[in-house]
Amino acid sequence: MDDALIEKLGILADAAKYDASCASSGAKPRSGGKEGLGSTTGAGICHAYTPDGRCVSLLKILLTNHCLFDCVYCINRRSSNVRRARFTVAEVVELTLGFYKRNCIEGLFLSSGIIRSPDHTMEQMMLVARTLRRDHGFAGYIHLKTIPEASPWLIEQAGLWADRLSINLELPTDHSLKAFAPEKNGGTIKAVMGQVNERIVEAKEERRRFSPAGQSTQLIVGADDATDRSVLETSGTLYQRYGLRRVYYSAFSPIPEASSVLPVKPPPLQRENRLYQADWLLRYYGFTVEEIASGGEGGMLDLGIDPKLAWALKNRERFPVDVNRADREMLLRVPGLGARAVDKILSARRHTRLRMEDLGRLSSGLRRARPFLIAADYHPVGGLTDRLDLRQRLVTPSSQLSLF
Amino acid sequence: MHTITLREGADLDGFRRAVRRLAAARTAPEAVLWSVGAPSLFGDEAPALENGPPVFLPQAVGQLIETVVCHGDPERYALLYRLVWRVLNGERALLDQHADPLVHRLERLDKAVRRDIHKMHAFLRFRALPALDGGERYIAWFEPDHHIVEAVAPFFVERFESMVWTILTPKGSLHWDRHRLMTGPPAERPDSLTDDRFAEGWLRYYESTFNPARVNPTAMRAEMPRKYWANMPETAAIPAMVRSAPARVQAMLEAEAAIPRRRMPEKAVAAMAKQAPDSLAELNRLIQRSEPLVPGATQAVLGEGPEGAAIAIVGEQPGDQEDREGRPFVGPAGQLLTAALEEAGVDRGGLYLTNAVKHFKFVQRGKRRIHQSPTSGEVKHYRWWLMTELGFVRPRLVVALGATAALALSGRPVSVLRERGPMAFDGRNGDGRNGDGWNGFVTVHPSYLLRLPGDEERRRAQAEFVADLRRAAALA
Ligand code: SF4
Repeated sequence: MDDALIEKLGILADAAKYDASCASSGAKPRSGGKEGLGSTTGAGICHAYTPDGRCVSLLKILLTNHCLFDCVYCINRRSSNVRRARFTVAEVVELTLGFYKRNCIEGLFLSSGIIRSPDHTMEQMMLVARTLRRDHGFAGYIHLKTIPEASPWLIEQAGLWADRLSINLELPTDHSLKAFAPEKNGGTIKAVMGQVNERIVEAKEERRRFSPAGQSTQLIVGADDATDRSVLETSGTLYQRYGLRRVYYSAFSPIPEASSVLPVKPPPLQRENRLYQADWLLRYYGFTVEEIASGGEGGMLDLGIDPKLAWALKNRERFPVDVNRADREMLLRVPGLGARAVDKILSARRHTRLRMEDLGRLSSGLRRARPFLIAADYHPVGGLTDRLDLRQRLVTPSSQLSLF
Repeated sequence: MHTITLREGADLDGFRRAVRRLAAARTAPEAVLWSVGAPSLFGDEAPALENGPPVFLPQAVGQLIETVVCHGDPERYALLYRLVWRVLNGERALLDQHADPLVHRLERLDKAVRRDIHKMHAFLRFRALPALDGGERYIAWFEPDHHIVEAVAPFFVERFESMVWTILTPKGSLHWDRHRLMTGPPAERPDSLTDDRFAEGWLRYYESTFNPARVNPTAMRAEMPRKYWANMPETAAIPAMVRSAPARVQAMLEAEAAIPRRRMPEKAVAAMAKQAPDSLAELNRLIQRSEPLVPGATQAVLGEGPEGAAIAIVGEQPGDQEDREGRPFVGPAGQLLTAALEEAGVDRGGLYLTNAVKHFKFVQRGKRRIHQSPTSGEVKHYRWWLMTELGFVRPRLVVALGATAALALSGRPVSVLRERGPMAFDGRNGDGRNGDGWNGFVTVHPSYLLRLPGDEERRRAQAEFVADLRRAAALA
């Protein structure tokens, strides 16, 4: 690794850092054996954390930050004055293997600006994955960001080698996509999501390998005027219609060389946290977008409290919930009780009637859950859920907490 | 009072032997004193306790024991034996009672050990040293909280099986030579862990992937506590990164919005419009470069015949002989097709012949390569190539031989025997752009004729096939 390569690495990692996807989870366990290199464990491992609290799991870089396109929110757009660099296929392979052997990473996340043509770019990315897998027996994780404008055959080739494909939608509505990414087309992006989803489903049925860890996307929040409600509606559709594994939310972050169309001030990072929490409720807790949005005001989530608590405070008549009797759905709606705590409660209450002390051992969020619960030895007095100051009593210290 | 002395570290075997003996003697937990003392993890074996009969425990209990014995808590064996005692005395489902104080405490020990294992998987860093044979040797130093050195070994062996490596810790060491795992005594921190240029590159990567606008060192420390930093070369950069973050953000916010330097949307639009292959030869090069989308195949079998042919014939996929020769319709079915064309008075040389799927799909049985039909998903994978190909050939009529070809061309399952005859193919390009569509014709695949059992039946079917080809030729 010479100075020039280190220099390029600096530029092309810097250019890739605005993509929020970093996870290396979801791949089937496998290993490279005597001749190859690496393994995946299914769960993914964060090998380090940077001072922004985000994890380093994959080598996240761009193949190049040259780009023909001019998407306003993007630091790599052609009208920006950033320093440009470009890796060869062989260089990316060398970096991935070298860092992997030192146990710095779980694999590679490769994205790229669009050069020459979308097909040419996609082909170079596919070649990186193919070289790693075929010539080096690399069994670590590979995530490729597809170029939606590339031909379908290339995306199908990419799916043969990658664990995950992602197609970034970036903006939640067609309207802002038009305004901010004038040469891009929401229809094309969704068509590719549809194509990839179809291939993933088929491959699963036919027991073939095609992007086995599914597909994901990223939405930028706070660059346009879209509300949280419309962001979540978009996510809901993406989960349902295209079977996406994850939607990542990336609070729009000031970039050097910003375009004058963008807001000067970034949105509060807390907004991103609230969206992740809401997304979680959407996927694992049986909430609808409508319910989540009703916890906030004017289509925006409450920044001061998490969306589950916000919903509970607006639906006080549904509480308190008897932990010894309530069904799973309702227990999942109690603020402070996570899915794992709920499952423990369900299994423990088959043996005993749970008291507050027991609950303290089953859940770490009991302080917040308390006003919403009935236990064998505890009934909130005088309808605690009616107290007007409940919100204040619950929020003060927890508003400091961050999801990451 | 029974005193049981186990080896230092995670003495699973010793504990198991002790449990067998104690359970056989029905010794209550209160009557046992557990102590740890014999030499270290990888030292001499403690004198073997006399053995009792095996004790049957629920699987979850066994798993919990395996993890908790790794914990550094001197009370771990006493707690585990209390658990075993209660499970053996009627509380089979004790582990489900997460609210039970003993279970709760053991779960916390279990969690601590798992976390330690996880952090060692994550935060251990190998450094490369030149090896005697000219290759590389990797070495790492790590300080785990608990006795997990043996527990982490399988992970590193599996992941780095093809490398030669050593892991040193104050609790024992591991050495892997690509074939065998050797365990060794506790080690001291080696004082010369030199870094190569990859470490330098990694540091640059780490600095560059940090976004100063989101600085949040508290969240970082929660996941990556300070005690691990000493072994991770990249953490040396953290103080400077945190210190300079506010100034970097301020500078970005104060900077004037960039004046667009050059805006030429034409270029981007042109790059998108002009990216599909622009000749049949170029498409064919692309197909040859691509990986088969079906398993098997030694090479892609391309279409054959003149561009502008009046008729294009589309078969299913190359067979064994086609795969070897790299040409379509040269095997038994192809010969049958040639004979039928001759009988119908159609010149094979004037046709364009190709397949819906460009690669031979097979399973190996001994020496034989047994043909496998492509699945509908695989047919769809190849559709873009087929449509692009036909787009260059521009035939007046496309003849589908058999169900696979008909599926590829029409995009829906077709019952060949019922629907044989003229059919419009939609001709949608694989890339979603709508082409003009093709005048089509569906008939059986010649390999179907080869498989018919009776002579009589085969003769009749062949005559129908020839009649179909004649009809098709008249339509073109
Ligand atoms: S196409 Fe991608 S890299 Fe290029 S400007 Fe748009 S978002 Fe940035």
